Amino acid sequence: MSILLVAEHNNTALNPVTLNVVAAAQAIGGDITVLVAGEGCGAAAEAAAALPGVSKVLCADAAVYGKQLAENVAPLIAEAAAGHSHVLSAHSTNGKNTMPRVAALLDVNMVSDIISVESEDTFKRPFYAGNAIATVKSSDAIKVVTVRHTAFDPVPTTGGSAAVEALGSVHDAGVSSFVNEEIVKLDRPELTAARVVVSGGRGMGSGENFKILEGVADKLNAAMGASRAAVDAGFVPNDMQVGQTGKIVAPELYIAVGISGAIQHLAGMKDSKVIVAINKDEDAPIFQVADYGLVADLFQAVPELEAKI
Amino acid sequence: MRLTLLSTGLIGPPSYGKWPMKVLVAIKRVIDYNVKVRVKADNSDVDLTNVKMAVNPFCEIAIEEAVRLKESGQATEVVAVAVGPTQCQEQLRTALALGADRAVLVETDGFPQPLSVAKLLKGVYDQEQPGLVIFGKQSIDADNNQTGQMFAALAGLGQGTFASKVEIAGDTVNVTREVDGGLQTVALKAPAVVTTDLRLNEPRYASLPNIMKAKKKPLDTLTPEALGVEVKATIETLRVEPPAERQGGIKVDSVEALVDKLKNEAKVI
Repeated sequence: MSILLVAEHNNTALNPVTLNVVAAAQAIGGDITVLVAGEGCGAAAEAAAALPGVSKVLCADAAVYGKQLAENVAPLIAEAAAGHSHVLSAHSTNGKNTMPRVAALLDVNMVSDIISVESEDTFKRPFYAGNAIATVKSSDAIKVVTVRHTAFDPVPTTGGSAAVEALGSVHDAGVSSFVNEEIVKLDRPELTAARVVVSGGRGMGSGENFKILEGVADKLNAAMGASRAAVDAGFVPNDMQVGQTGKIVAPELYIAVGISGAIQHLAGMKDSKVIVAINKDEDAPIFQVADYGLVADLFQAVPELEAKI
Repeated sequence: MRLTLLSTGLIGPPSYGKWPMKVLVAIKRVIDYNVKVRVKADNSDVDLTNVKMAVNPFCEIAIEEAVRLKESGQATEVVAVAVGPTQCQEQLRTALALGADRAVLVETDGFPQPLSVAKLLKGVYDQEQPGLVIFGKQSIDADNNQTGQMFAALAGLGQGTFASKVEIAGDTVNVTREVDGGLQTVALKAPAVVTTDLRLNEPRYASLPNIMKAKKKPLDTLTPEALGVEVKATIETLRVEPPAERQGGIKVDSVEALVDKLKNEAKVI
């Protein structure tokens, strides 16, 4: 097996999900080449070279890749995939955006959001909002796969010493350009990597009220998340949404506050190790997945929780 | 002279990529989003017997966006297309009731895999020559989030995925996308592909008069053979099982009890 692994990074550093994808690659077996495409991405490439089990790093450093435009990055990946048996990436925004284009360019189907490697051509993945798990076998010549990072324990950041090779191939499809972005920068762990997540739902009542969760989140060094209802209502921005079509998280501890527990929300957090639910409705479906449920008014319970942690 | 000929419409630049113009909306027939599926006892698949089917929620958002473009004068015609068995006509009639002008069914045995769907839609795209193709970002059955992007690659088009806003400016389509850290806006040359996310719009309900009118709107059927596409399945489903069950939890009666459990029993804080 020979795996081309597309790194998730911000040019300066690797995104932690890359470590989980390397673990998935190791489960498949064979040699691993990491592709780092970006602009000014030398440092990310060096970090990839230090990962255990990586035999080579290809660094494609060009302005056209700077904003990860799928139309430009996909042909690069498809080209670099020649001679490999697998192309892997995280099931991240970039992975979802780019990898299907790679598959189409390679004239193959792909397997998205795998949660386990059964063999080099067989994987398990959730579907129907995580209410069913499919074991699928691909007969495609190159297996294009995105990995649900929460399903694989990350590899360490050191232990490897691969060579970094410059990849000079520049693909400018010329059909898209970056205009701007509004990226929220918080002094909190990233939602998909945090050990603890505190999430608010429609029961919070307003965006202002989300502040009462902050004290608990601060004490637990937690990321903050939200249900779709809270995002739709304008309480919090979209990047906090946990769910089937939002972010998938699997922290050690997930505290759901004022969240009823719709199927689509559960799809995003039911692999958390410990789930706590605080809701004044004792019949809320969230209590069916909660390890510890507290039927209480969140406006009393949450400040009390902050004080008692 | 040239001006006269242009104004009579006899010659001139093609409408391909120019506004106002045609929008193609790809829709999928899926289980209704309220349905909680169960796995068959033989673990071969999920049990879809007598399950209520509907237009995929993200595809409804796609139809709504296209119809709004027509209502605001930025699109001339909305064409809905579905790939699948003859029952998909139900969902195409729904699209027509919501404001699509015409519908196309590419009729297949069952539902082909994403690459084949993308190839079939490319065939329809070549025939229809729209300026914008809108997909739902993912279907709630397979949860793949692949088809729109595969199609865009086959057609050589730019893509604005997970769109929360679409704005047409001349022959540029500006798409604001929901990304991991927040929002990103990209500018795409038309013709372009958009895949919808939840907050792009809130779809309307089909009124009874519109449902009746939809029965008379054109719905054409094509075959893969007519489009020159060989439908191939390269992914085999070996087994379907329910997810690992969580052990039942307990209710605690106070915050104090909760903190005690988290510290001393679960040991997570």
